[in-house]
Amino acid sequence: MIGRYLPLLAASLRRKRLRTFFTLASIVVAFLLFGLAESLRYSLQSGVDVAGADRLLTMHKVSFTQLLPQSYENRIRALDGVTEVTPQTWFGAWFRDERNQIPTFPVKPEAFLRMYPEFLVPEEQRLAWLADRSGILIGRGLADLTGWKVGEAVPLRSSIWRKADGSDTWDVTVRAIYDLPQGGDTRQILMHQEYFEEARGMAKGLIGWYVVKVSDVGRADAVARQIDLQFANSPAETKTSSERAMAQSFVNQVGNIGAILRAIVTAVFFTMLLVTANTMAQSVRERTSEIGVLKTLGFTNGGLLGLVLAEAVLVTVLGGTLGLAGAWWLGVQFEPVFRQYLPGFRVPADAIVLGAVFMVGMGLVAGAVPATQAMRLRIVEALRRD
Amino acid sequence: MTTPIVRIRDLVKEYRRGAEVVRVLDGLSLDIAAGDFVALMGPSGSGKSTLLNLIGGLDRPDSGTLEVDGLRVEQLRDGALARWRAHHVGFVFQMYNLLPVLTAERNVELPLLLKDMSRQERAARVAAALRLVGLSDRARHRPRELSGGQEQRVGIARAIVGDPTLLLCDEPTGDLDRKSGDEVLDLLQALNREQGKTVIMVTHDPHAAERAHRTVHLDKGLLREDVP
Repeated sequence: MIGRYLPLLAASLRRKRLRTFFTLASIVVAFLLFGLAESLRYSLQSGVDVAGADRLLTMHKVSFTQLLPQSYENRIRALDGVTEVTPQTWFGAWFRDERNQIPTFPVKPEAFLRMYPEFLVPEEQRLAWLADRSGILIGRGLADLTGWKVGEAVPLRSSIWRKADGSDTWDVTVRAIYDLPQGGDTRQILMHQEYFEEARGMAKGLIGWYVVKVSDVGRADAVARQIDLQFANSPAETKTSSERAMAQSFVNQVGNIGAILRAIVTAVFFTMLLVTANTMAQSVRERTSEIGVLKTLGFTNGGLLGLVLAEAVLVTVLGGTLGLAGAWWLGVQFEPVFRQYLPGFRVPADAIVLGAVFMVGMGLVAGAVPATQAMRLRIVEALRRD
Repeated sequence: MTTPIVRIRDLVKEYRRGAEVVRVLDGLSLDIAAGDFVALMGPSGSGKSTLLNLIGGLDRPDSGTLEVDGLRVEQLRDGALARWRAHHVGFVFQMYNLLPVLTAERNVELPLLLKDMSRQERAARVAAALRLVGLSDRARHRPRELSGGQEQRVGIARAIVGDPTLLLCDEPTGDLDRKSGDEVLDLLQALNREQGKTVIMVTHDPHAAERAHRTVHLDKGLLREDVP
């Protein structure tokens, strides 16, 4: 039914092409910003969503860049409520260019895979990785990015760790590739702690932090306190919190940028609302006598209200769709560039739904006043205003 | 007189201009027969356009009764009145009042958008109306690409496309040269004669009024002279 009015609506938009273009362009920019801000939020939040609540991170109390003794591992494992422990260290690997950092962690493979059941690895690859001390487990995203295949020897370079022979190149072999069907970063490398410990030329006996799995999520806080208490007043005091809390705290720090962006987008949306409402009001004012003619021909007040609202919604939906499509396209184009900092940077589905609601809502609000004015116009007065 | 299609009794219409109340129609009574062609004449401010607007349901009287084809038009609510206009009244304006962004055929199609008709039916009706006014070859032209006479003929096509009972024309030749004006009047006469449309035309021009069967003169809101 609405289809028959489309030529009329489209013609109204063509009336002042330049004005329509500028209004549309403003809405496109607003929704582009919205899409990018939501992509950032999604990228930051996705790390939190996949972080386990039953996993704790124990790191140096001063800073996570300070190392902890390896001897802590057994002491942590011995605590009541702890089921698994693995050390992890920031390896600082890079590929081709030092700016292309790849998140790489030496871990205890068996313990790691038990603690992270969401890492899906084919059984034969898993066995191959466990059996090869210089083998690495890499994510599907990294494999796609680099073209590395299982069985391929890779010269991994580290910007932090040198081997005992002074070389910064670590010869490793890709033994397995993991997938994370529920989402998360698939651009990591996991290597054997044993190989790392044996080959490195400095800081032997020290690791970055511990990942601790607890038997009961409800007791996670108590276990965390127990761990920290155990190393209180030692040269390397610890600070333990859940992996999810840690991820959330990181996101909260970085996420302030997202909050600022959201505030900006809200302001832009509000401005757009005023701009669109003004454009619509102006457009309806210019068409007073035409509205009189339409009423004369038999268009009802309600029908005209609907027509003006539909026109406003058409503008916002058109602009909003272009803006969101632009944000999606930018996400696809730049995701490979940002992926090490912002993995999964893309317009999420909930943002598209929210954006659609905003588009329609903005159109309805912007069109409400001019539509009501059009509805209330008396025919005789409208026809007089030529 | 045959059965009147328009029956007006004691019609009063007042307008406010600030504190002043101006009585435009002062208890006017008039009957118009079905199939008639009536010219409404009179000096400016005599109430002829107001009368036309009231007959067409564009405005409401302050008192009196206005019956069109047996229906008390002044008693209809806004929505019903709009629907009644869509089905029973065709308007022709002095300034044509076409929508400048639409082509001639889209302008003519406008009244049909309100009817339960398929696109094909609408297109057929539009083509027939444009053919009737002799503008089939101008269907895709916008108003600014047409002459005044052609614009008015598109206006007439728009007025008749919905097959209305009444054709109300407010100074239809007022903005046209003599030749174009005559063409428009020929058309209105043909619609009246061949299609049986009841035409009520407001005009200042005695030459135009000559085409009508009957000329009604108004002055100060009252019927002064009724010339058959």
